[in-house]
Amino acid sequence: MIPRRSHKILVQGITGKQGTFWTKAMQDYGSTVVGGVNPKKAGSEHLGVPVFATARDAAKSAPFDISVMFIPPMLAKAAAIDACEAGARMLVCLTEHIPAHDVMEMHVAAKANGTRIVGPNTAGLVTPGACFVGIMPAFNDRVFRPGRVGVISRSGSLGTLVCLNLTQAGMGQSVFYGVGGDPMIGTNSADALRILDDDANTDAVVLCGEIGGSAEEDAAAYARTMKKPVVAFIAGRQSPPGKKMGHAGAIVSGGKGDYPSKRAALEDAGVAVADTPSALPTLLAERMAASAA
Amino acid sequence: MNYEEHAAKPLLARYDIAVPASRLATSADEAAAAAADIGPCVVKAQVPTGKRGKAGGIKLAADATEARAHAARIIGMTIGDWPVEKVLIEAQTPIARELYAAIVNDQASKSPMLLFSPMGGMDVEEAAESNPDAMRHVVIPIIEGLSESAARGAVEGLGLEAVEDEIVATLLKLYRAYRALDAELLEINPLVVTKDNRIVALDCKLTIDDSAEPRQQEVAPLAAPEKRTALEAAAAAEGLKYIELGGSVGVLANGAGLTMTTMDAIAHYGGQPANFLEIGGEAYTKSKTALSILLDNKNMKSLLVNFCGAFARTDVMAEGVIAAWQELKPDIPIFFTIHGTGEDEAVRLVRERLGIEPYDLMDDAVKAAVEAAANGRGAQ
Repeated sequence: MIPRRSHKILVQGITGKQGTFWTKAMQDYGSTVVGGVNPKKAGSEHLGVPVFATARDAAKSAPFDISVMFIPPMLAKAAAIDACEAGARMLVCLTEHIPAHDVMEMHVAAKANGTRIVGPNTAGLVTPGACFVGIMPAFNDRVFRPGRVGVISRSGSLGTLVCLNLTQAGMGQSVFYGVGGDPMIGTNSADALRILDDDANTDAVVLCGEIGGSAEEDAAAYARTMKKPVVAFIAGRQSPPGKKMGHAGAIVSGGKGDYPSKRAALEDAGVAVADTPSALPTLLAERMAASAA
Repeated sequence: MNYEEHAAKPLLARYDIAVPASRLATSADEAAAAAADIGPCVVKAQVPTGKRGKAGGIKLAADATEARAHAARIIGMTIGDWPVEKVLIEAQTPIARELYAAIVNDQASKSPMLLFSPMGGMDVEEAAESNPDAMRHVVIPIIEGLSESAARGAVEGLGLEAVEDEIVATLLKLYRAYRALDAELLEINPLVVTKDNRIVALDCKLTIDDSAEPRQQEVAPLAAPEKRTALEAAAAAEGLKYIELGGSVGVLANGAGLTMTTMDAIAHYGGQPANFLEIGGEAYTKSKTALSILLDNKNMKSLLVNFCGAFARTDVMAEGVIAAWQELKPDIPIFFTIHGTGEDEAVRLVRERLGIEPYDLMDDAVKAAVEAAANGRGAQ
């Protein structure tokens, strides 16, 4: 599922400073926010929508498709399970530093209730010109423009840079899909590739990966089966092994998940890999021209 | 958070897992005194890294005299970049068989996973590679936990019938410890069967999830200190992730992905990054602190500021950098490229208060910073 204006959005933690700032930004951009959650402010109204004690309560009087969490790490598990049990089709989990054992429990709840978790530690999703869910600068039209290129990224800041480069080259985006920087995410790069492969509004895909884990190797296996052109950039070529580079998932250990392995896997699957993000638009144009020929 | 053997084993004992009697020593004299009480012992270097045995950091001692001699040699050794400052004096265990057991966070299944092998000891990784069947993998459903039947399934058919019940009991205790401690990795190698059929943990490698620190307050202080330079430690105390890298182009960016990308671009255009420092997430208000840390690195000959604000507001970050720059008045050139949330205001601030024009393209900013660093100080 790709967020559309028709999707109803619940904001867990709507009344906090960040929840308020970004909910307003989402509303201004065109996202349909139908309610919020804060157990201490249930029954009140915030930013023109009702506030509920739980996501399950919200589901009764303000049914929603997507829930987005502005919830601190130690409370994230309970909030996520609440959203899954309330029937969220998609849960966008922005929170970073959720204990891994809690994340594993969240994924069990998601599976049991048919919820797609995006994240944890994602910056969210943007459907340029329509709506966004999360903490991305969708409203900055130097960065995001409507178009037909799908962008997948583990990192919000790198994803922003890549969309900027595409927009500067005149290539708009069908969707920005932030999968998240954690080691155990609900929707990995391969899953996101499949979603964009199935999306009628997407002609080609840019994959922004980083060192650590096996997300790019797994994505390469799927990219091999795709007809749509895929190009990639992988951050971390210069990062020393054995050091966590900010994202809990971005660590090279025991030779696994390093840059050469990821690049080789992608190139072997027919994915062109750019040396810098600014080289992506040219590579993409070449691939799109070749596949149209 | 990594735990050295001497810190991890008492934690195992709390979960009723048998460990040998031991005492920590920081000098040859202390080692001799401990050995005098304990008897025939093993002198074990305490460093948070593997391969201690192969490096000569683990020695048998029959008595206090031998323990003193071994400790004198081992303390002061360097094992895998770690200086040995202390040794564990541990009672010798009569070993009949060495096994391997571990519980880890498995990324593929998003679940805990039990690993068990009848071939424990120094070369378990090589053994597992050459003989994959020798390593049992059991995915554990996190809600239900490790069941006795699943633990038994991992142990069955490996010629361990005589001690199967005891091993299963130990694995169940191990899983309880893993869960209670928020472990990412709890590895016992070797897990030994003694000559009188007891199951004893002879070594322990424990990593506790950094994100769980707020609810692991009691055991967090027992973790081994991270290997950091003075600047890295100062940054960590401020909640910033800083890594010194030895090049001459300083990097200040927001978000791990963008910071790594900036480092890559510097190398791509012929320079070398001086550091990794990201001020993404909640840390984005700390750009002033971040800048002072960067400026303490005397290898830095130019500074590249690359902001692509999503959650992190570039105007807030730029404000902090400008204030610090005006206060500290560094004599190196600085280059900006700024996009995303708060971009217009951030660009205006840099232009008006520093009289510097930010680059529209990251690549142009990178090239300029690389060139300035190559030309040395005062290029601006």
